[in-house]
Amino acid sequence: MSTSYVATAGEDAQAKKRGKKGAPSADSERSRGENALGRKLVAPAIVVMLIVTAFPMLRALYLSVFNYSLTAPEDREFVGLQNYVTALTDPLFWRDTGVTVLYMLVTVAIELVIGFVFAMVMHRVVFARGVIRTSILIPYGIITVVSGFAWQFAFSYQNGFVNGWLPFLEADFNWFGDSTPAIIAIMVSEIWKTTPFMSLLLLAGLAQVSEDMIEAAKVDGATWWQRLWKVILPNMRAAIMVAVLFRALDAYRIFDNIAVMTAGAVGTESISFLTYRQTIEQFQLGIGSALSVLLFLSVILIAFLIVKLFKVDLAQARQES
Amino acid sequence: MRHTVDDDRGQVVARRPRSVLGRRARRRGVGLAALALAAPLLAACSGDSGPPTLNWYVNPDGVDTLGKLAEQCSTDDYDIELQLLPTGATDQRVQLARRLAAKDDSTDLMSLDPVFVAEFANAGWLEELPQEAADKATEDDVLRGAAETVTWDDKVYAFPQWANTQVLWFRKSLAEQAGLDMSQPVTWEQVIDAANEAGGKVGVQANKYEAYVVWINALVQGAGGQIISDNEAGKDATIEIDSEAGQAAAAVIEQLAGADAAQPDLTTSNEGSSLGWMYPAEGPGEFMVNWTFVYKNYQGLVDSGEITQEQFDDLGWARYPATVEGEQSKPPVGGIDIGVGAFSQHPEFALEAAECVTSEEAQVALAVDEGLMPARNSAYDSPKLAEAYPKDLLELFRDSVDTGGPRPESAYYATISAALQSVWHAPTSVDPDSTPEESADFLRDVLDGKALL
Repeated sequence: MSTSYVATAGEDAQAKKRGKKGAPSADSERSRGENALGRKLVAPAIVVMLIVTAFPMLRALYLSVFNYSLTAPEDREFVGLQNYVTALTDPLFWRDTGVTVLYMLVTVAIELVIGFVFAMVMHRVVFARGVIRTSILIPYGIITVVSGFAWQFAFSYQNGFVNGWLPFLEADFNWFGDSTPAIIAIMVSEIWKTTPFMSLLLLAGLAQVSEDMIEAAKVDGATWWQRLWKVILPNMRAAIMVAVLFRALDAYRIFDNIAVMTAGAVGTESISFLTYRQTIEQFQLGIGSALSVLLFLSVILIAFLIVKLFKVDLAQARQES
Repeated sequence: MRHTVDDDRGQVVARRPRSVLGRRARRRGVGLAALALAAPLLAACSGDSGPPTLNWYVNPDGVDTLGKLAEQCSTDDYDIELQLLPTGATDQRVQLARRLAAKDDSTDLMSLDPVFVAEFANAGWLEELPQEAADKATEDDVLRGAAETVTWDDKVYAFPQWANTQVLWFRKSLAEQAGLDMSQPVTWEQVIDAANEAGGKVGVQANKYEAYVVWINALVQGAGGQIISDNEAGKDATIEIDSEAGQAAAAVIEQLAGADAAQPDLTTSNEGSSLGWMYPAEGPGEFMVNWTFVYKNYQGLVDSGEITQEQFDDLGWARYPATVEGEQSKPPVGGIDIGVGAFSQHPEFALEAAECVTSEEAQVALAVDEGLMPARNSAYDSPKLAEAYPKDLLELFRDSVDTGGPRPESAYYATISAALQSVWHAPTSVDPDSTPEESADFLRDVLDGKALL
């Protein structure tokens, strides 16, 4: 919440008198009143947020220090950090983490490239603008589970079309019989589904790039390629990084496509799916909660790394500065 | 159409002819609207909206007959309404568990796979049957294998509705060709050798799923052992699979996996995939362990012209093969038990309804119309059933359920099953010297929360 206001001459003088530099004097009556009102206005939202997010998080944190099965409530015992030790020393956890990171890196990289092309098309297109923009965005409007099923059928060797379209494959090649092809199939579905989201975020960034600068570069004799790399991309860096950040966090929690297409078989399981299996299928609330806490921490870590490494300024991306 | 049916207590319950779905949907719509508009008024004039509805969550086996049973067992006091569960056993369990964990008071009756009973009962999700009903659910007329599945910690939590079991199905010509005398109990070794010799196959279920555990459990029990003991101790139960019986079971799997008689898709084989080898385009057929539905399945192929009557007459059946010579086999027991939700608003009605839908008549109807075999001894004597199945086959089913072995009852069954699948799959990698020991260690770690599954 950023409050912009114009200080009156009187307030300015007051501020100076108290030896305070800089604009909004914190304790002017009006600003104090505004702040108080602001706090009151957001209070209900904060309460709701605490109930729907903080409570489940604290509950998960609490459950994660127990060995607790839903079907044996009486056997519940406090085990301290044992669940975390178990998870972090188990090869399965690290295999699934590796697979999840792979999903994230590959899908985000490909989506970034394709998404940028789509954003350019949406930005520059001069005819049938509405139709083109709409058709690019359609996959994003489809529920992930539906997209998962659609791609599962597409990759199926019994009734799919993918094997027929790829000349180097046997007609009965089973995409879901082995890790690598199954992971590729899942990634394709994921990329198809979320690229439009990426291009939407990038489109917003493209719109931010001033036409004057591009014109100037043109006049200076810059080629199309140079304009792209030296003018457009640097000027939309913030938007790109926000798009990467959002999609990376999303991609790290990949679940639906895996659940639909392979149910985690043949080494396609992600950390989210592992957590789901422990908690929902095995009823092991303790270890399941520990895994979800670890998942939460890894998402925070990824967000932190992206923000720090690429020096993303979220405020700038939202055009607030 | 007006039906009447005798229920267990000899009372006659009338079934009112009606369009069930239409009326109920309408009533529910009206109910919702009323609730939204006049919630305070409802409290004052409740009781006028007709008898309560009991929700019966059923798995999608034999739904037509279950629907008829629901109508027949509805009384003036309550209506029974079917709610369909998903197809997969895991999904069924998860859906029920989510409702019950949230103390759902609209889950009145449940069709439960036998292995869910102990889990749900231990979690406090099932209404314990009162003494009289408990005696009824486990009385002498109920076959032992089925009666064992509804008991947990010396208390009874469900009524057996129908019982499934596996027998050895085979082509008589194949057995004859291999010189195997099927009138005597046979062992797995003999069956595999015979199939090898005659160029036939041995059909099993060895994909990484529940039915593979069914097979492993039957093999271990057939050798006189068990997977766990002291089941009531929950995660502190004694793990017994690292034993001679476990090794004998692994030896059978190893022998089959290395034999020519193994199905090519052994590692992903299921109940359906092993059916095809009985009447292949070329070859002498197979020996196959599989559930009771097989008879009706192949009979249907005669009707549709896919196999001849002569080929069908060549279908033989025998008791589940023994793991070790001289020790009687323990055929797998499956089926469905009917439990009452612990949070039901109408537990008395639900108990009465559960008893009604598991009555002898109900079991005969399920067997004749759907091929789901009775859990009650007397139901096998029904003339209607004798028309539908050969006498010796019925006898074999009855005997198998009566002397069969259920899978381990435990509050941690899902964990135990998944841990076994994880180590024993693929069947091609099973080694009697290491697999039982490895699976015992892994199961211990998983139960202690020291390994992830």
